[in-house]
Amino acid sequence: MVERRKLKKVSLNIPASAEDIAALELGSIVFLSGVVYTAREGVYKRVLEDREQIPANLTAVSNANFHCSPAAAPDGKGGYRIGGVTATASFRFSKWMADWLDLTGTKIVIGKGGMSADDYKTVLAPRGAVYLTTVGYGTGALLGRGVKGVRDVLWLDEMGIAQAMWQFEVENFGPFLVDSDLEGNSLFAEQGELVNQNIEKLYEGLKPPALHRYGETGDRKKEVI
Amino acid sequence: MISNQTIEQAAYEIMGRAAIDIPDDYLSGIKGMVNTEEGDLSAFVLGAMLENYEAATEDRRPMCADTGLPRYYIKVGNEAKFDGGFIGLERALRSATARATHDVPLRPNRVHPLWRTDHNNNCGLNSPEVEWSFEPDADWIDITTVHKGGLFGSDYRMLFPGDGIDGIKRFFLDTLIAFGKRGLACQPAIVGIGLGGSKDICMVLGKQAACLRTVGDKNPDPKVAELEAELKELGNSIGMGAMGFVGSSMVVDCHIECGFTHTGGMPISIHTFCLSSRRATARLHADGTIEHRTDPQWFTPYMRREGIEWSNDASSKKSA
Repeated sequence: MVERRKLKKVSLNIPASAEDIAALELGSIVFLSGVVYTAREGVYKRVLEDREQIPANLTAVSNANFHCSPAAAPDGKGGYRIGGVTATASFRFSKWMADWLDLTGTKIVIGKGGMSADDYKTVLAPRGAVYLTTVGYGTGALLGRGVKGVRDVLWLDEMGIAQAMWQFEVENFGPFLVDSDLEGNSLFAEQGELVNQNIEKLYEGLKPPALHRYGETGDRKKEVI
Repeated sequence: MISNQTIEQAAYEIMGRAAIDIPDDYLSGIKGMVNTEEGDLSAFVLGAMLENYEAATEDRRPMCADTGLPRYYIKVGNEAKFDGGFIGLERALRSATARATHDVPLRPNRVHPLWRTDHNNNCGLNSPEVEWSFEPDADWIDITTVHKGGLFGSDYRMLFPGDGIDGIKRFFLDTLIAFGKRGLACQPAIVGIGLGGSKDICMVLGKQAACLRTVGDKNPDPKVAELEAELKELGNSIGMGAMGFVGSSMVVDCHIECGFTHTGGMPISIHTFCLSSRRATARLHADGTIEHRTDPQWFTPYMRREGIEWSNDASSKKSA
């Protein structure tokens, strides 16, 4: 077994306070207790573009938006059985985030794979918000264990299980890793830079193929998101 | 005679097993990688995944909520007798998919590409996919299900013979680096490569190589097996681990399947079967008994036949 640095572990209550959020460090492991809500493209479109109302008490209950679709099914008793819980890739939701954070007062965004470093600097950090990434991906069973109940679900009939807005009561819900802080730094970007240092060497001596392709980047140091 | 009910029951049962229980071969592969991974973040991720597999099996809960696009691979023995015929078999597969989606539960992931219509049962136009193969001198039916995500980590390119192994290596690196960043490919993965064939078969072979061969399995052509090993090492030397963090855990194993192709071309496809590599197989015997396993045993000597006639002796024919 090789020697490795031990990562810092933090437990947070939701709604999270400004102080708690300010204290989060890149690469720390986070577990959450309280209520987290799901919202992705379906909810963002419905609220921000079609002007439907969000639940009036949302901000008081939860300031953590999970980019997630649960594996869930009705339990036959008017409630729901939540199986696995895993995030979906967040970069696709970039265009809605500024308006969504302004409208809801959300301070913690949770998802898969982070958002661009630019989004952290210009959208999340200025609004006092940070990004937590799920781990793996994904630890669906561990996260499913952390969900203790469904507090509410909105637009289930109209949008289906995957896109509906779920409010989960959670306890010791995790693990997540802190990807961004209030200065707009990004763990993924920092790690990506380190990986990039090795890339040129990998391609040394390999001749390019005869037929080229149109593409948005031929620079492997760039990301495709 | 294998009854329709037996087929439906087996197809339903493997949906749950695939979603919940990580196959042993993949689990051993990840355990081996945790021991050698020097990147602290990447090692933490692998450790969390090992806990997650245990939690899934203990709770009988899907290991990943993105239960992918559930699908079937069917191998029918040439002597197998089953009632309802092939139409009955396909109907049973759809019914099993719908029941399992509700009962496991699986995420109802299947929607119309344009209208986003969701039947909430993972059935729809061309869904679930059913791929067929046959086996000589056998009276059983093998039903395999694979649950694989579908957004990131696959690519196709037409290379030419002159591009050679360099071209293959470059495309391999391109795909792993592009989709490895931030862990979009959910690595470390079983990387499947389709080489040759027509474009469509090139994609099919690569996907089958990723999803239907186990960690540790080698291509029977020794030169292809050598390339598999070389590419695995190349992938793990990128400097990237789980979630795109600094590390060495990128490729749990690399499998290549070849198909005879156009004399002017060398098409290649790459597929990554993720940290939740979900597959389960049931063998339905002629007497109605069902045997479960996690190795699909899909690429039989008959599947890899090269000539007009074939032999079940794997060593009797080699391209290299």
